[in-house]
Amino acid sequence: MDPKELKRVRLVKRIAQEFPDGALVNLGIGMPTMVADYIPAGKTILLHSENGFTGLGPQAEKGKEDPRLVNAGGQPVTILPGGCFFDSSMSFAIIRGGHVDYTVLGALEVDEQGNLANYMIPGKMVPGMGGAMDLVVGAKNVIIAMDHVNKNGAPKILKKCSLPLTAVGEVDVIVTDMAFIRVTKKGLVLEEIAEDTTVEEVIKATEAHLHISGKLGKF
Amino acid sequence: MKPVLTPEQAVDSIKDGSSVMAGGFMGCGNAFTLIDALINKGSKDLTLITSDTAFPDVGVGRLICQGRVKNLYATHIGTNPVSGCKMNSGEMTVTLVPQGTFSERIRAKGAGLGGVLTPTGIGTDIEKGKQKLTIGGKDYLLELPLGAEFALIKAEVCDKSGNCFLPMATKNAAVVMAMAADHVIVEAEKIVEAGELDPEKVTIPGVFISAIVKAALPAANLQLK
Repeated sequence: MDPKELKRVRLVKRIAQEFPDGALVNLGIGMPTMVADYIPAGKTILLHSENGFTGLGPQAEKGKEDPRLVNAGGQPVTILPGGCFFDSSMSFAIIRGGHVDYTVLGALEVDEQGNLANYMIPGKMVPGMGGAMDLVVGAKNVIIAMDHVNKNGAPKILKKCSLPLTAVGEVDVIVTDMAFIRVTKKGLVLEEIAEDTTVEEVIKATEAHLHISGKLGKF
Repeated sequence: MKPVLTPEQAVDSIKDGSSVMAGGFMGCGNAFTLIDALINKGSKDLTLITSDTAFPDVGVGRLICQGRVKNLYATHIGTNPVSGCKMNSGEMTVTLVPQGTFSERIRAKGAGLGGVLTPTGIGTDIEKGKQKLTIGGKDYLLELPLGAEFALIKAEVCDKSGNCFLPMATKNAAVVMAMAADHVIVEAEKIVEAGELDPEKVTIPGVFISAIVKAALPAANLQLK
């Protein structure tokens, strides 16, 4: 595994430890989807797929795909025992009504107030928000999984988001290849750093002000 | 009893410029036979209301790629790059709606409600031009009902009273769309006599259905990645 992939695995493993046994979780497309592969032994979580079911399982084996069963990215998947199907209105009632315990999503930018921008870059990338706006507003806990800096090495954790917002003040936790940061009323608190970095390096890669936890941990 | 029509007969009343809702999510649950009939008929300038524009060669994605859509209401267009191109060139106007708001606006139309109040979109570009109400100290956006002249729905089984069974993840927005269109055409893999579909297994009540068509194209059209 290349070093970048190893860092991503470390990141998603850290997120997987956040869920209590039995939590209802919705994972976004891309890196967040990897979280499902690293749920600690002895714990089970129930995955919600916003296109209309709980009990989202692994991708379907080649030759066993069912065209009636895809995930939110349109890929053929499976449903696990205990899951069930429903329509879109029910699916988003589950989301918006506060019945989803955790959502894990990627981000373009996050800021000190817990604002999130992850659905468009005006003039460049306008894919649409899909279910992201509802998920971020409705889920009890919003965890952002992302690289700490963008492709050009610029910080993604900012004093104030510059891109159009997905939601205001809804982010609870930011986990990156470098840090575990909690959004609190007093601002962003650096609670843990990755084992191959330092507090100084994290601060340098972050535009937003970071409060350093008195009990700083490593992951 | 609902009329059982050929695909051509069923889409005959859809005119250029008509508004059409299409059930389905990333192609899963698109009414492929009806979409095909619409394309063959040469329909254009449509207002299409659908969850997403799937992939370029799949289901509703084909309507986009062939330039049949003038106005699009969708929640996500990222998996079909042609949608973005046509939006940027001005060939197609695109209204992006958060997915939960999308289904509730449609449900509101079908349920006779004047709109819905949702916290989704507060503080974002979505709130522009919309009325805000504060209920119990929390801000909500007033989102208005969304209906259409036609809805194209895919069912696995439909009885001749119009009762439909939509399996697994094919239900998606089709259920609310069936409530919110003036004329609802269902494409069914299997058409059975009234009484042969267990009333307990009905996903969409037949009261919403206008016409039934036998599916001619297979449901399997997945993007296998």
